[in-house]
Amino acid sequence: MADGQTRETARKPEDDALLSLRDITIGYGTKVIQSDVSLDVRRGSIFAIMGGSGCGKSTILRSMVGLLRPMSGKYSVDGDDYWSGPDSHRTALNRRFGVLFQSGALWSSMTVGENISLPLEMFTRLNKDMIRHLVEMKLGLVGLSHAIDLYPSEISGGMCKRAGLARAMALDPDVLFFDEPSAGLDPVTSARLDDLILTLRDGLGATIIIVSHELPSLFAIADDGIFLDARTKKPIAHGSPRDLRDHCTDPQVHAFMNREARTEPAGADTARKGQNANGK
Amino acid sequence: MTDHEPNSSPADHSSADSPPEWTVKSEANDTTLVVRGRWTIDDGATLSIPAGALTPSHAAAATQTLHVDVSGLGQWDSSLVSFLWTVKQAAAKANMAFDLAQLPDGVQRLFALLPAEPEPPAKHQQRPFAPLQTTGIIALDTLQEVGALTELGAETARGSIKALSGHGGMRLRDLFVNIFDAGPSALLIVSVVNFLIGAILAFVGAVQLRKFSADMYVANLVGIACVRELSAVMTAIIMAGRTGGAYAARIATMLGNEEIDALRVFGIPVSSYILLPSILSLMLMMPLLYLYGCGMSIIGGYVVATGMLPDVTGAGYLNQTLGAIDLHQFEFGFAKSIVFAIMIGLTSCQIGLSAGRSAADVGTAATRAVVVGIVGVIALDAVFAVIANILDI
Repeated sequence: MADGQTRETARKPEDDALLSLRDITIGYGTKVIQSDVSLDVRRGSIFAIMGGSGCGKSTILRSMVGLLRPMSGKYSVDGDDYWSGPDSHRTALNRRFGVLFQSGALWSSMTVGENISLPLEMFTRLNKDMIRHLVEMKLGLVGLSHAIDLYPSEISGGMCKRAGLARAMALDPDVLFFDEPSAGLDPVTSARLDDLILTLRDGLGATIIIVSHELPSLFAIADDGIFLDARTKKPIAHGSPRDLRDHCTDPQVHAFMNREARTEPAGADTARKGQNANGK
Repeated sequence: MTDHEPNSSPADHSSADSPPEWTVKSEANDTTLVVRGRWTIDDGATLSIPAGALTPSHAAAATQTLHVDVSGLGQWDSSLVSFLWTVKQAAAKANMAFDLAQLPDGVQRLFALLPAEPEPPAKHQQRPFAPLQTTGIIALDTLQEVGALTELGAETARGSIKALSGHGGMRLRDLFVNIFDAGPSALLIVSVVNFLIGAILAFVGAVQLRKFSADMYVANLVGIACVRELSAVMTAIIMAGRTGGAYAARIATMLGNEEIDALRVFGIPVSSYILLPSILSLMLMMPLLYLYGCGMSIIGGYVVATGMLPDVTGAGYLNQTLGAIDLHQFEFGFAKSIVFAIMIGLTSCQIGLSAGRSAADVGTAATRAVVVGIVGVIALDAVFAVIANILDI
């Protein structure tokens, strides 16, 4: 199934797509990082952006939240062309987004609680007491209500990430973006984060885009996805991580999804095996 | 049978604890490399086989195989692997097949990771030498930087109007933290520098003016020089090094930490949350520090002049100083220090915002902010001097 969908231009926009990218090319300066990226994120789904290190997963995510203007292509949010119009247009659309950055990216000069209350103070008319209650609730959801008055430098990396998640949820966004949520977390914390993401999706009806190469969590939560290739700088497969693992015929995707170490051409591989066999 | 023994020793050959050594034995169709002893880096093992050590015994013979005899090999580490790798490359050159079968399992595994020979080192990306293009790029970059700076200034100004009209924007706590950092914490260094500047001026002036019996004019010299120029410039230079560098480093770190990205995604204006408190605190503190610096430099001059010159009394010095400087000179210095503050604040924030994302980039940004700040202060001061001259202030 994955191979049938690699012709990007042949993909038709889906009716229930909340976010849709068409032939997006991104890069810095004149350096292209990924080209011809087309994808549709269905409402309420968990969409995974996969690929090896340095293939541009995070860059795609950065462009989807407005931090990097694509060199060409069209990106629409709920049918609205994201990159058209003035900055205020994007700011308005971004109100529907929440982003968890790789490092948590808490504002270091503010306490954990202030990190979450700042967007609420900026964009809502709630009074101080109500904001405090909301902040306590959001921190409670991620198990951090005790850390409300601590500074980011006083809590651990995993806690920063959870606090970052609470901040991403501050304004009850429709769409949550996660940039490598489980990187640097131990397996138990990581599994708990997966549960949390699933609960958020089910409880709040959020649509989730997740950049990751943490296979267990991808298999556990994602129900659609795209696989980017670093060498050809193009997407090479579409589909849910489980489907790609079981059915994708592309050797690179297969190797990635099944966690095989050797991805070189078959010839080099067997030659090495031959050498090893000689020794035994 | 020809033996090639560049590194043999008379010691017991079977001992696995002897120093590392190797020999090449050539027979009819086979060449054997014998490796003996303890091959560890600490033993100073040979790390490569000399060129020409491997030669097929019969030029006419078919492809020969190079075997390795490791029966006398003791302890080994990567030095053996390194040596054998060069042997493998030499064997390939001599058109011999290299038989790994006899080697210890660990060596074989490591060998499987190694390519046939070292890959040519990747070159840094280098732009071809093109002076015109380089000049153009530098010019465009500079223009872009000036444009970004102007935009930043306009945004910050807009943000400050918003903040003043009470429509939110800046967190007052950030402003207070910044004010404390830029003001009271800088008092000591501002005092020391200005006191010494006043003292040095008085000292130099006293030596010269005494020749004309114009001792008392030391007060004029110190007063006018410091109030008009030196206190404003010195204080600004201190603040460029102290606060400007800190701003650039802090903002560059926030950038690398994705904190700036987080602000942008939320649509929270970076100008009012990060820049405004920084620049505003400099604008508020710098003129005060300037006034304080003037006082300190006059005290410095006072101490030296009254100590060095017998004819100068304390009351006389102060009286002479008050007569020499008037309010206009203070206004001039005051205005200058506000302009310096805006310049230092804006450039250091802009340098921080345009920095890269690595730890080294933070250092570069701090250095650049200090250099640009100091040069900028002196250049602006020159502009002020010219303007003052034209307007006859």
